[in-house]
Amino acid sequence: MDAPSPQPPAAVVRHGPLVRITHWLNAVFLAGMIGSGLQIYTAYAHFGYHGETFNVPNPIDGSRMAVPHAIKLGGWLAGGLRWHFTLAWPFVLTGLAYVLFLLFSGEWRALLFRPSDVPGAWQMTRYYLRLRKDHPPQGKHNPLQKSAYTFAIVLAVLSILSGFAIAKPVQLGFLTDLFGGYEWARYWHMVAVWTFTAFIIAHVVMVFVADPGSFRAIITGRYRGKFVERPRA
Amino acid sequence: MSRIIHRREFLRITAPVIPLGLAACGWDGGKRLQPLFDKVIDANNRAGERLLAIRHAEVNPLQLEHGQMPAYFISEGMPLLKDPAAWRLEVGGLVRKPTQFTPEMLAALPHLNYSITHHCVEGWSVVKRWGGVPFTMIGALVEPKPEAKYVQFDSFDSDYMNGWDIESAMHPQTILADSFEGKPITPAHGAPLRLYSPIKLGYKLTKYLTRVTFTDKKPGGYWEDRGYPWFGGL
Repeated sequence: MDAPSPQPPAAVVRHGPLVRITHWLNAVFLAGMIGSGLQIYTAYAHFGYHGETFNVPNPIDGSRMAVPHAIKLGGWLAGGLRWHFTLAWPFVLTGLAYVLFLLFSGEWRALLFRPSDVPGAWQMTRYYLRLRKDHPPQGKHNPLQKSAYTFAIVLAVLSILSGFAIAKPVQLGFLTDLFGGYEWARYWHMVAVWTFTAFIIAHVVMVFVADPGSFRAIITGRYRGKFVERPRA
Repeated sequence: MSRIIHRREFLRITAPVIPLGLAACGWDGGKRLQPLFDKVIDANNRAGERLLAIRHAEVNPLQLEHGQMPAYFISEGMPLLKDPAAWRLEVGGLVRKPTQFTPEMLAALPHLNYSITHHCVEGWSVVKRWGGVPFTMIGALVEPKPEAKYVQFDSFDSDYMNGWDIESAMHPQTILADSFEGKPITPAHGAPLRLYSPIKLGYKLTKYLTRVTFTDKKPGGYWEDRGYPWFGGL
């Protein structure tokens, strides 16, 4: 006789409304920022001073064709700029609301990657490399997730700061200088966004491969997946 | 059982993403969003104006140059004067002393020279040397009236023109440039006279100047009327 299928665990409240709303709003705003950013980029699809080579890796160096039309938002440079400068403000404000929420609610404790998380992150890596068979026990987020979610916030801040450094190289010249000058700031802006894109792809893949229940949780707020939360010791 | 849930979950994710994919493809937002974009850019402009008074662009003290400055004009051919000796710069509008400047009058005025970073809206920059009459000097000579809030710069390059806020025009680093890279400016770069300032993007720097008008009505501009930010500040 087959073993009876296990009862699904009781739903746990995992994500409050502010987390869920800011998550989905910024998912949309970020898509718009990246689409319009690529439109802007293809107006001069190179890095460095005009006419000079800039020896940095750039897989999309080239002409207007360097980026497919399908993923660009705006139609032309002015169109891209208008989208980019309009979406930038809601993107920044939504991100700020999320970060302030994390700080004031204490929720940062479930998310912030700290030095004490390094051994746990290594164990999670060993599990994904199939060097260990059992999934290490975890709380709401395992240390590897914490590293990713903490890094995502750092990347967002770098993307925003480098963006302002490009937009206002005279008024915010001190900021542009921090990035190494205008041409470097423009490159770091691209690097930050590429890295952010890699994070998003990894994030979406992991949701489906590792814990599909987390997808429902970030919409409804209630988690019924396979990682039962253990109270922190 | 769990596999079916996975597939449903997958469809639930891809469904909302598909419209985002359709929404790109170079969509400019459509007619309804343009006024919103204008309002936001306007607000950004005003924030920029408030910061303007504080900042000068950093001058390159070693007079180094970087990059190549392309020629730019909108006419079919490079705008060339048939009779360069007959060229005059008309400065008028809401001023007490409208003046017609000859090349000799301009050459005799004190000049400001600097090596500075130039930014194109396309995203590239170059470092080049410019020399010319500070616009504040022109202002001192023609005496704009208090009602004048804007300055319009007209060009003989087809219908290219730009409208500026008077504060940016009167910024100490804004010049009417007649030299480039230490030599008299050539037609490729806006000869005989062009606007130069390191606090605004290149599309605001009118080349092939013929007329300057102080006004109380906000002028448009060639690229500004086509959707580029009117203030165009750095």
